[in-house]
Amino acid sequence: MPIISNVTCPVCGSLCDDIEILVENNKVVKVKNACGLGESKFLNYNGHRLRKPLIRKNGELVEASIKEAIRRSAEILADAAYPILYGWSNTSCEAIRVGLELAEEIGGVIDNTSTVCHGPSVLSIQDVGYSTCTLGQIRHRADLVIYWGSNPWSAHPRHIERYTAFTQGRFQASIWYRYLAHLSAYRARRRLLRALKLSSVREAPTIEAEAGLPPTLFRKERKMIVVDVRRTRTADIADYFLQVEPNKDYEVLEALRALIRDEEIDMDTVAGVPVETLEELADVMIGCKFGVLFFGVGLTMSMGKLRNIDTAICMVRDLNRYTKFIIMPMRGHFNVTGSNVVSTWQTGYPYAVDFSHGYPRYNPGETSVVDILARGESDASLIVASDPVAHFPKAAVENLVRNPVIVIDPEPTPTTLMADVVFPSSFVGIETEGTAYRMDHVPLPLKKIVEPPSGCLSDMEILQRILAEVRKIKRETAEVA
Amino acid sequence: MDIAIKDGKIVEKVEGKGVKVIDASRMIVMPGGVDIHSHIAGAKVNAGRMLRPEDHFKDVEVKTEKTRSGVGHSIPSTFTTGYRYARMGYTTVFEPAQAPLKSRHTHEELNDTPIIDKGAYPLLGDCWFVLERLAKGMIEECAAYVAWTMRATKGYAVKIVNPGGLEAWGFGGNMRNIDDTVPHFNITPREIVQGLCKVNELLHMPHTIHVHTNNLGKPGNYVNTLETMKCVENLAHGDKPVIHITHCQFSAFKGRDWHTFASGAEEIARYVNNHSHVTLDMGQIVFTETTTMTADGPFQFILYQLTGNKWINGDVETETSTGIVPFAYKRKSYVHATQWSIGLELALLIKDPWKIYLTTDHPNAGPFIYYPKIISWLMSRRAREKVMRKMNKRARQKSLLSTIDREYTFYEMAIATRAGQARALGLRHKGHLGLGADADIAIYNIDPTSVEPSKDYQLIRRAFKHAAYTVKGGEIVVKNGEIVKSVDGKTFWVDVETSPSVDEFVPRLKQVFEDYYTVQYENYVVPEHYLAVSCPVHTKAEI
Ligand code: SF4
Ligand SMILES: [Zn+2]
Repeated sequence: MPIISNVTCPVCGSLCDDIEILVENNKVVKVKNACGLGESKFLNYNGHRLRKPLIRKNGELVEASIKEAIRRSAEILADAAYPILYGWSNTSCEAIRVGLELAEEIGGVIDNTSTVCHGPSVLSIQDVGYSTCTLGQIRHRADLVIYWGSNPWSAHPRHIERYTAFTQGRFQASIWYRYLAHLSAYRARRRLLRALKLSSVREAPTIEAEAGLPPTLFRKERKMIVVDVRRTRTADIADYFLQVEPNKDYEVLEALRALIRDEEIDMDTVAGVPVETLEELADVMIGCKFGVLFFGVGLTMSMGKLRNIDTAICMVRDLNRYTKFIIMPMRGHFNVTGSNVVSTWQTGYPYAVDFSHGYPRYNPGETSVVDILARGESDASLIVASDPVAHFPKAAVENLVRNPVIVIDPEPTPTTLMADVVFPSSFVGIETEGTAYRMDHVPLPLKKIVEPPSGCLSDMEILQRILAEVRKIKRETAEVA
Repeated sequence: MDIAIKDGKIVEKVEGKGVKVIDASRMIVMPGGVDIHSHIAGAKVNAGRMLRPEDHFKDVEVKTEKTRSGVGHSIPSTFTTGYRYARMGYTTVFEPAQAPLKSRHTHEELNDTPIIDKGAYPLLGDCWFVLERLAKGMIEECAAYVAWTMRATKGYAVKIVNPGGLEAWGFGGNMRNIDDTVPHFNITPREIVQGLCKVNELLHMPHTIHVHTNNLGKPGNYVNTLETMKCVENLAHGDKPVIHITHCQFSAFKGRDWHTFASGAEEIARYVNNHSHVTLDMGQIVFTETTTMTADGPFQFILYQLTGNKWINGDVETETSTGIVPFAYKRKSYVHATQWSIGLELALLIKDPWKIYLTTDHPNAGPFIYYPKIISWLMSRRAREKVMRKMNKRARQKSLLSTIDREYTFYEMAIATRAGQARALGLRHKGHLGLGADADIAIYNIDPTSVEPSKDYQLIRRAFKHAAYTVKGGEIVVKNGEIVKSVDGKTFWVDVETSPSVDEFVPRLKQVFEDYYTVQYENYVVPEHYLAVSCPVHTKAEI
């Protein structure tokens, strides 16, 4: 029975590449080293999937040959005046390369999911730059790890264990043992709450927000702080949890930034946090040897978006006057970083690239797909490994499905149900190889560990065939004319 | 004289029907241009592209039948990079700063860079393996590691940037001089340079070590640069160079601070004129807006503090760092005008054109599209004086240029833009038009018998900007400055043959790999099929 090792997990932006997989009769039967999310992907991906190309005829999606589906897609795209090509965060860089070529060929707009998650981070970075690094730097050097508006324990389950607080680095030791202490405290609290419930006390005791940080934060060893609007699982294992009132991140960041610059703050509390606490937190940040601030959609999508990230980036930049400090977005989809990377090297821009003038144009807000859809300007779409029907605003979805929609996806989604052509593709990183970029821009190979079902081509192949067919149609029309 | 081409090579003669003939009479024919140091691909370059949409807006390339679209300006997209080099008659370009951990990225971009042949230099001067082995005097094991790295990252040369300084930058520190000690590693920059120089010789690498000195961009650094060249003086055998000091302009500063800042070109030139173990490239400043990007994180941090411009820092675990800051060189600034002068002084005071090559350290001192301008400055005193009239007065008065009459001949220019660089890189089939050479040819529309570069420098500029023809591997890719065909260039990398006992080192490497990196050993290695057109250069090591 072949055990395949060093497999990269195609689920989240942590892109763990140490997964071991046992394959039996072209089936994944056992997964080692992955977290729950990763394991269930490897074990269950094949359960619910598309197997045949579909084309909408007389209002119904019916099975079709791959050739027919390619021809139909190419006709739609070659005909369209302003098509959009969207998705790209759950596929390989190799497929994205072809997608960009296709977008250029048909004069369309190509955009990836960062338009709806970390778009503000990209814009902020374009405003002010940022100080960052690869995750190994954090593993070896960071003595202060801050997660702000992100909950890795649930969304990037191995992030802490592989890259930050619980990993053993050259200059910094793991603090997993403290986690055990936190965990038993957490369990004790849960028990207490349950006990209180049983004894029919209605009101659970709220934990008083104490001013000042616990003394543990001032020791030399590695420490972890979580800032969020609610207590998350990650917060439970942190050395300190700073709870911020919803949509008030900006105020807290501004206050911290002022304190780091040694300015006075004329208030007692900011967003529900005593200024004294913030003062101490600023001291901890200045006093560390190597600090890192990870931020998630909790910060990019809460009120202020762009301003939040701008301020966070500037705060980290200011901190570099005193010590080493790093900031990094927690990217979700396994290759959302790659889709930015490939788009940038081919076009100069990381997302929302408009080829309608024959060259790359970039103006998020104008050339971003959600906005184009909101204005109802596009007249066809190609969606790759993404589900805009479920995630886009209603008005955008209405305009999306009013025009022909082509979907390439291994899995059925609300978007495939509304599509005019559906291609069942193989799973990248399980049935197809390729390249993906980790959230810190480290490129990693994705493996093919089992054969895809017959008839399921890779995203890249499908795109190549559509592109070739589009060119053929263009030649045909040129000859007729 | 005729040049015959067959199967991508220059041959004695070709016969038969259907032979295509290019009439290059009254034109200059040169081997395709070779660029030894230009940041065109990889993580750092791409971070620069992402950082600067404003750099691209006004400089676009529209898609054509033959070409993909793209953008400039200082950090052009990959397709545009390939086309623009080809239009200038350049056919070989080396990316000089590849973070080994991110090699895949570099190669993905190089695959998307059309026409030109290329290669990349892995950054090794701050790698933990290297520092540890050298600190213990384990030269052979270090050599085994470097050989492995070339294969694993598909690299071409040993690149050293601010040796020791980048490791120190991991905690916000830097190296003050060549004898400073790297924190935690008990080694000095001098020992790193010497060690890797020895390693390079043991491995018979085609190129020398390629060094970006400590203290780059700081007043007074020329002393450190001289020390760096001197420290490998006695590692040289015969006249063969053993060290390349890159973008030397940035490392030839005199003065205690920015007020007393001055040119150290004379001292550097004197040393280089008297020694044969070193080659240089210019890193010539052009007065324009550009993007600075180096692996020298601490230097870029200083630049950010000086300018207040936006700043990217990107450290890479156990290996290196990166910094990016947009920058504008202004002719009215004393410092910038002096820097402009330093580059040209170096190129004009160093007598032997085989020792100093034309670069702008693209895009650090200016985008590569300005090479024709620099060619005109080297070939025409008048062209230089025209710039000087408009530049900062104090800088003009102090500049040595007014005392230098030298003007490059076409022959010298060909050495500084191709022959010298090809020789330094050990590319035997490039940089000349002899039998067996690669049929990479640039034809410029200038009649050397009637044109006087000294006076007609505008003409020179125009001609070098748009080659009349560029032939790559025997195919016409550019005609009248336009791309007529796009081909895939090769990627060179060095495949060092070591003795079998060296392979025993790999298991030892694997053991520590997990402790050092956050990726698996197997996933770190870039397989050969990853390169669009792989071209290994074989050498045999003494180990
Ligand atoms: S943390 Fe993310 S990448 Fe790692 S195993 Fe879990 S889902 Fe996969
Ligand atoms: Zn450089």
